[in-house]
Amino acid sequence: MSMRTLPLLFLNLGGEMLYILDQRLRAQHIPGDKARKVLNDIISTMFNRKFMEELFKPQELYSKKALRTIYERLAHASIMKLNQASMDKLYDLMTMAFKYQVLLCPRPKDVLLVTFNHLDTIKGFIRDSPTILQQVDETFRQLIEIYGGLSAGEFQLIRQTLLIFFQDLHIRVSMFLKDKVQNNNGRFVLPVSGPVPWGTELPGLIRMFNNKGEEVKRIEFKHGGNYVRAPKEGSFELYGDRVLKLGTNMYSLNRPVETHMSGSSKNLASWTQESIAPNPLAKEELNFLARLMGGMEIKKPSGPEPGFRLNLFTSDEEEEQAALTRPEELSHEVINIQATQDQQRSEELARIMGEFEITEQPRLSTSKGDDLLAMMDEL
Amino acid sequence: MVAADLEGPYEPAVSRADLGLRVHWCVLPFRVLLVLASHRGIQMYESDGSTMVYWHALDSGDATPVQAVFARGIAASGHFICVGTWSGRVLVFDIPAKGPNIVLSEELAGHQTPITDIATEPAQGQDCVADMVTADDSGLLCVWQSGPEFTLLTRIPGFGVPCPSVQLWQGIIAAGYGNGQVHLYEATTGNLHVQINAHARAISALDLAPEVGKLLSAAEDTFVHIWKLSRSPESSYIEAAPLL
Repeated sequence: MSMRTLPLLFLNLGGEMLYILDQRLRAQHIPGDKARKVLNDIISTMFNRKFMEELFKPQELYSKKALRTIYERLAHASIMKLNQASMDKLYDLMTMAFKYQVLLCPRPKDVLLVTFNHLDTIKGFIRDSPTILQQVDETFRQLIEIYGGLSAGEFQLIRQTLLIFFQDLHIRVSMFLKDKVQNNNGRFVLPVSGPVPWGTELPGLIRMFNNKGEEVKRIEFKHGGNYVRAPKEGSFELYGDRVLKLGTNMYSLNRPVETHMSGSSKNLASWTQESIAPNPLAKEELNFLARLMGGMEIKKPSGPEPGFRLNLFTSDEEEEQAALTRPEELSHEVINIQATQDQQRSEELARIMGEFEITEQPRLSTSKGDDLLAMMDEL
Repeated sequence: MVAADLEGPYEPAVSRADLGLRVHWCVLPFRVLLVLASHRGIQMYESDGSTMVYWHALDSGDATPVQAVFARGIAASGHFICVGTWSGRVLVFDIPAKGPNIVLSEELAGHQTPITDIATEPAQGQDCVADMVTADDSGLLCVWQSGPEFTLLTRIPGFGVPCPSVQLWQGIIAAGYGNGQVHLYEATTGNLHVQINAHARAISALDLAPEVGKLLSAAEDTFVHIWKLSRSPESSYIEAAPLL
């Protein structure tokens, strides 16, 4: 399939992750400076130059597991910690949101506008940090350079590669259900109204021509949908009106993030197949991860800044409950467990991952502020 | 009916990574073969799926690291099976009446971008010797005459969108495009005679019922349309009317 898909997948999923974390940090009333530090640390790690270099190399997409490991590390790139249940929920929300955006793109090329929407908002998060802003702009320019000139056919291949990656993922997201863009069976609703893609004519007309190319007859017919002309094309420049709303931040304090675990046995069966069947690409995946994480500079939580735990659920009890009731098949196993079971093991990866040991921060009250924080976590 | 899925026990391994698998029944004068095209190569099976009679690995020699390598677009023409590739080349295989002695007889040049689809029909007579159309990602259509050596008869340029699906019927080329349009061309001249603003999203597939001249178009806008193809009694120009 397309060898250019990974950067788009990574940046858009990363963008969704930041939207969700930003919403939860505000919902959990994490102090502004701590919240900003978390977002800055994660964004700065995401757009690290070496990391981006590896990412943009032409390569195939790897498994959801491999990708999830990257995001788990990324989410822990700062003073914030997530329990397994919260990390699971975060990843589910990220993937379903981007799946929705890809599916609804009017033109295959519009996935680039979705990516730019994510980057525009990310730049908003870090507008006070010129160094990180520069890193993001650098990536922006790389995207324009590499994808700006791709043909419609190449974007169609990218679209297909992405959709195959998201195949069989039908987790219900309560916001999508409420807005009626997702059905109760987890499938998205494809709209049959609204603007046609840029470059597409309104359906409903047949024109017939003679040998000289002159129109000799026309028939109009009723098309089932209710379409209107596209107002204008979104901008593919560094700055501009993207026109498309897909990829903008759909979370706000009033729209809490929730998921329902959808459970048709057919879905679970295909998930089971994926996690149990030995992956012939396992070795390449592990090498890829080793290279990517080698390029990732993770700042370890040290110094006077104490860490804190973010909860993707509205209470600790809910989080515990979610961990207990999560269908076994949907549990994402961290990849180093898989590495010891697989025959092929990357020693390089094992060494790098050893460096990423996240030690449990003991809940010592070193200051009144921490007590308060700990209490608020319990709310 | 054949349903293709991503898991397969047959060799060479058609594994999970085999995305975009295409399958086609090729009806030849003395046999029927089942042909599979993927990013690994081309496999041909006896019609009951029992034995693989031929395996052609794709030559990725010219491909840059950034190019996806795959086979796409399968059609039978006489005793030939034609399969399109990522480079734009169309591979022509000469198929014997029985047995595995299949030979790659020709590689057709005419396209510069990946082939999307191939359509064939028996030649319509002296006035219309065109019996194969190939389409690619740039929307270019090439019209061919089959034979021990295939001849390129006409080229119909694209207009910036891929042509994912093409059909050939009674000298009429039906092409579905990424912008939702269906075009009908005269195969002998390459002239555009009908332009249908059929769909609001890219066309996924066209199919044709040859006995009744009905064309079906399916697209990503979730709609399926059926069109009646005909020729004007006075001018014999191609016409189309909406049925569904």
